[in-house]
Amino acid sequence: MSGAVLEEMKTHAREAYPEECCGFLIGAGVSAEDDGPRAILALERARNESDGPRQRRFLIPAEELRQMERRVEPSGRTVVGFYHSHPDHPARPSQLDQDGAWPGYSYVVLSVNPADVPDVAAFQLDPDSLAFREVRLSILDTPALPPARTGGQARA
Amino acid sequence: MAKAAVKVPAPLRGFAGGASEVVLEGSTVGEVVRALARANPALERHLFTAEGRLRTSVTIYLNDQDIRFLGREGAPLKDGDIVSIVPAIAGGAPAPRRKAPHGRPRPNAKSSRERAFSREELSRYSRHLSLPEIGVAGQRKLRRAKVLLVGAGGLGAPAALYLAAAGVGEIGLVDFDSVELSNLQRQVLYTTSDVGRPKIERAKERVEALNPGTRVVPYPQRLTAQNALDILRPYDVIVDGSDNFPTRYLVNDAAVLLRKPDVYGSVFRFEGQLSVFDAERGPCYRCLYPEPPPPELVPSCAEAGVLGVLPGLIGILQATETLKILLGRGTSMVGRLLLFDALGLEFRELKVRKNPRCVLCSPRASQKGLIDYPAFCGVPDPAAGPSERVVPQVEPEALRAELRSHEPPFVVDVRGRGEWEIGHLPAAHLIPKEELSERLDEIPRGAKLVLYCRTGVRSTAATRLLLDRGFENVRVLRGGINAWAERVDRSLPQY
Repeated sequence: MSGAVLEEMKTHAREAYPEECCGFLIGAGVSAEDDGPRAILALERARNESDGPRQRRFLIPAEELRQMERRVEPSGRTVVGFYHSHPDHPARPSQLDQDGAWPGYSYVVLSVNPADVPDVAAFQLDPDSLAFREVRLSILDTPALPPARTGGQARA
Repeated sequence: MAKAAVKVPAPLRGFAGGASEVVLEGSTVGEVVRALARANPALERHLFTAEGRLRTSVTIYLNDQDIRFLGREGAPLKDGDIVSIVPAIAGGAPAPRRKAPHGRPRPNAKSSRERAFSREELSRYSRHLSLPEIGVAGQRKLRRAKVLLVGAGGLGAPAALYLAAAGVGEIGLVDFDSVELSNLQRQVLYTTSDVGRPKIERAKERVEALNPGTRVVPYPQRLTAQNALDILRPYDVIVDGSDNFPTRYLVNDAAVLLRKPDVYGSVFRFEGQLSVFDAERGPCYRCLYPEPPPPELVPSCAEAGVLGVLPGLIGILQATETLKILLGRGTSMVGRLLLFDALGLEFRELKVRKNPRCVLCSPRASQKGLIDYPAFCGVPDPAAGPSERVVPQVEPEALRAELRSHEPPFVVDVRGRGEWEIGHLPAAHLIPKEELSERLDEIPRGAKLVLYCRTGVRSTAATRLLLDRGFENVRVLRGGINAWAERVDRSLPQY
């Protein structure tokens, strides 16, 4: 994803603190043969509608996902994954996150505390083991930033 | 057996053979989803539990409807139906580190994870905290709560202030109006210098100034059947402070469909009403009023008038009921309709029962979604833009010219006496609309007639009545006396 998209995500996490924020990762339509890195083109915020304590739980109802899919479809895009934050907790998916995850989707978790968003990481669910494995999250900087940081692996 | 197309979300296509749509045969939704799962084991465990039941974390849509409302997996299929699979996405941070080795969180983990109240908050809410029925636990419930106020006017203004004062964490406000001078007789959230400003903007300022811990989410728009479900969904309690029937029915219906309580308040002249509609526990608004009254019989507050303090009282009662719901304390107003008469200062109560045939909330409910509310209530939809008027009209400037001519029209004011005394057109005749049918002989047949009221609603209905009774050449002053005061005679007050 671009630095701008990452910033948006971090801002959402900060704003939602101390609750978990959640939202959609929007990418281009995914083809079955696509093995290359998945591009996250944009974000869309979702409301955390968990009935539980929203500092430790999040829920995006199916209806919201459905509506979001319909919204982005005309521009050839699709929902490729979801992001959510862990207030005062590392950017590692929990058992609960894993239980609720689906293969094929990308999951980004942010760690957020009152001062900062110190960590962001991406994961996908392995369909065979049903366990999360971490995937590389590359932040592609816009041309305005110094060339030394372009394109490299970064976990900002 | 029918052939249905099962739509697979893009990221899952790799697990469904690469296709975005799979055509399968079956007679029910359950059958085709099972067929999909059998053919694609990677999806099976996400769709079904070990016991073979459809997981609750997956929502299945048949065409555009959630199968929950169609008989779940038993919903029958027709050829060409589209079944969509939509996962619910949930998760959460792991339990706090001080957990037992086998991974179960401690029983008090919930309260230790939530942000503690600051010293300032403890001071602010001290009067709540000393009540055993509230205490820190109750105050936390309020802080976690989200309340949506539909309308930031006479009822919404006091409710918003008091709910924020009480420490409700988030308040949504739906209102698209701007502050008018005539609002200040009762809408105490606003000041004289706010006249002309959008209400929501100012309300947010005032509420957040009172309590910075309350987040105000503005919705400066009209609530419609297209946006109501999305707007209401995130909130715990809905407070209906609207001023018209289409919105009342819309709010009720959306709240019933979303399973949320609707705290209802209304005012009219010197009378107020209060109740809580919660279809899970009792009647809904439609159980009480299955049909709206014909629009001509219902003047708005603007036309009928209202004692300024009345919405203040009812609005605070609405806030009271909201707090009781959030705290889980006290005896609810569900199933009870409070009637208040300000002149006698009397409170009366009626029992309201759930209607076993209610089209919305009974087991035999036929209405599954939102409908066209303006049509239901028989009013022209203001959101639909300028609609074609059925009755002939005359613009204020044209009427002025006609009044100066050799053959001025006969002008009838159909408002009430009190409004007449605020100001009226010269040479007009006062025949209040309610008295019109008995006083038809006072109106010369064959003359050019012009009827007016405040903005045109009553006079339009009155004109139709005259036309039905055989009068010809009847027109409505477009925009009523308010438009006349604005454009022709600025010495008259608008109200």
